[in-house]
Amino acid sequence: MAEGVLVIAEVADGKLNPLTAEMIAAGQRIVGEVGGIVNVAIFGSNAETLAPEAVAAGGDLVYTFAEAQLDEYLTDTYVPAAEMAISVADPAIVLIGQTSNGRDLAPRLAFRLGAGVVMDVTEFSISGGQVSWTRPCYGGNARAVLAVNTPLQIATIRSKSFDPLPADTGRAGDTIPMESGIDAGAVKQKLVSRETAQAEGIRLEDAPVVVAGGRGLGGPEGFKPLEDLANVMGGAVGASRAACDLGWYPPSQQIGLTGKTVSPDLYIAVAISGASQHWAGMANSKNIVAINKDPDSTMVKNARYAIIDDYKNALPALIDEVKKLKG
Amino acid sequence: MKFVVCLKQVPDPETPASAFKIDAAGKKVVPAQGIAPVVSPFDTQAVEAALRIKDAQGEGHITVLSMGAASARDVIKHALAMGADEGVLIDDPALTDVVDPFVTVKVLAAAIRKIGGVDAVITGRQAADWDWGVTGPGLAEELGMTQATFAKAVTAQNGNLVVERVLGDGFETVSIPTPALVTVSNELGDPRYPQLRQIMAAGRKQVTNYTLADLGLSAADIAPRLTLEKLYIPVKESQVEVIEGETAQEKAANLAKKLREAKLI
Ligand SMILES: Cc1cc2nc3c(=O)[nH]c(=O)nc-3n(C[C@H](O)[C@H](O)[C@H](O)COP(=O)(O)OP(=O)(O)OC[C@H]3O[C@@H](n4cnc5c(N)ncnc54)[C@H](O)[C@@H]3O)c2cc1C
Ligand SMILES: Nc1ncnc2c1ncn2[C@@H]1O[C@H](COP(=O)(O)O)[C@@H](O)[C@H]1O
Repeated sequence: MAEGVLVIAEVADGKLNPLTAEMIAAGQRIVGEVGGIVNVAIFGSNAETLAPEAVAAGGDLVYTFAEAQLDEYLTDTYVPAAEMAISVADPAIVLIGQTSNGRDLAPRLAFRLGAGVVMDVTEFSISGGQVSWTRPCYGGNARAVLAVNTPLQIATIRSKSFDPLPADTGRAGDTIPMESGIDAGAVKQKLVSRETAQAEGIRLEDAPVVVAGGRGLGGPEGFKPLEDLANVMGGAVGASRAACDLGWYPPSQQIGLTGKTVSPDLYIAVAISGASQHWAGMANSKNIVAINKDPDSTMVKNARYAIIDDYKNALPALIDEVKKLKG
Repeated sequence: MKFVVCLKQVPDPETPASAFKIDAAGKKVVPAQGIAPVVSPFDTQAVEAALRIKDAQGEGHITVLSMGAASARDVIKHALAMGADEGVLIDDPALTDVVDPFVTVKVLAAAIRKIGGVDAVITGRQAADWDWGVTGPGLAEELGMTQATFAKAVTAQNGNLVVERVLGDGFETVSIPTPALVTVSNELGDPRYPQLRQIMAAGRKQVTNYTLADLGLSAADIAPRLTLEKLYIPVKESQVEVIEGETAQEKAANLAKKLREAKLI
């Protein structure tokens, strides 16, 4: 009988991405109430070396698919590989990351398997063995709570929504090497090229301080003082979609509903109005500072601290003062 | 090439948060007064993507397809004015307030089969109401098409679509054989804006209406897989402290002090 959870791991920079550990922790919470174990499926050549990481994060049983054809994500290879993992693990619930790969994989897999799918889950509750999934909708303005009626449920999990368990390298867990059995003839997508931007310095998602800029910066040169501030504070620079759409900053640095989710200790929003779709990506920041000309903007109203001024005056002054404090 | 572009009518996503209301008992959004619904923004970009291919090839046929209330005729008209060739509206009382994209996929897939001979289906990456991002890949699976999601550019080359995709940490280019399904992201760029002459011409283009029965679907075929238990507006606590100071330097110094006290510097 289908029971327990299967987490589809995601590998980034040769390691399991932080979201994988967050999903495993969420999985442990689920099986604690509804029974079963947390299975983890890892795809790609170095799957076996990564298995201990998944166990330390709380995985009970790890299926590794150590195949070079799974080193790069393609819908046409990952759907059958995930299908194989599901058929051996036989879970009631599959958790997949709400990343660009997971957003591509989860819905297709759900339709392949006749499963109900809930995207972008940020919370859940369990009562009477039934999971209720909470997700933002209407651009972050609303939350919906949904139940899935099919025997197999698939949910994608937004990063930073669940705390990982402390890594326990002494934990016991089995690893089972698997083969995906992908039918090469069914792989119709051809990868022509891929350019991934290696962020210089600290990654946006991991930075304790994020300095983000919006349309009010007036041009790409407006990001220079943001980079300077991020440098002195040991942070990373993000952007609103408006700034990315204008070509002032790369889309990989976009924060929000359709961009990255960040939850730094300090989020400094410079010349960003605070649209709900932007909030969706930074609402969990521990402290929010708004630097904006407009005291009535949503960003200012919902921040912890605000400086009402032109960023052109405020930022050089702030860089200066932070430098003084840092000595 | 024969295209179908899927369009959804949604409440204007730029509606200010203060005008955004929910009927908690009915578990639905109350339309904001005086703010007209719009074409979901990624969907106008989906139309734009199809038009760019058609322009480049000098031929092609674009059918725009929407499932929605009678008012969704407006989003079809908009796409026809942008340059699409004909419209199909699926309007059936059994389809009001659909929450589960599973239902949408079943219905749209049936319509696309009925249209027939389609080389490429283009959708938005996600609809700006429920933000699911399910319909595109769902349709691809249902119709047995190869998919490419989050397109920033699409071109047709020798019966294939070459799609530049936006990834979390960069870009990639994939080539997929037709029939194919592409979902479009905002990085595609601005959609064209209809000129008055085109708006007039759009009035003469054909819009066909279908009901579920026309598509050969019964209520059992579209039984949802999800149950909406609750819909609510989360509370944001606002306790902003506006930093005082005569000059920018003074404000910055005061802020830096606060951040230091909070151990953030
Ligand atoms: C479906 C959908 C998905 C979306 N996804 C995202 C997303 O993921 N991320 C995202 O960010 N947006 C997203 N958006 C867009 C979002 O709705 C807003 O349009 C966008 O966030 C606005 O960006 P902004 O705040 O930079 O620009 P604006 O709203 O134009 O705000 C500019 C701000 O700068 C201030 N300002 C101007 N000049 C100065 C100055 N000299 N000094 C200081 N302040 C100044 C102004 O007072 C204003 O507050 C999405 C929209 C839709 C419909
Ligand atoms: N009711 C609908 N009618 C036509 N197209 C739709 C409908 N709902 C969703 N779509 C298409 O599917 C995309 C993704 O929608 P969703 O899965 O709801 O986020 C949208 O951008 C549209 O292109």
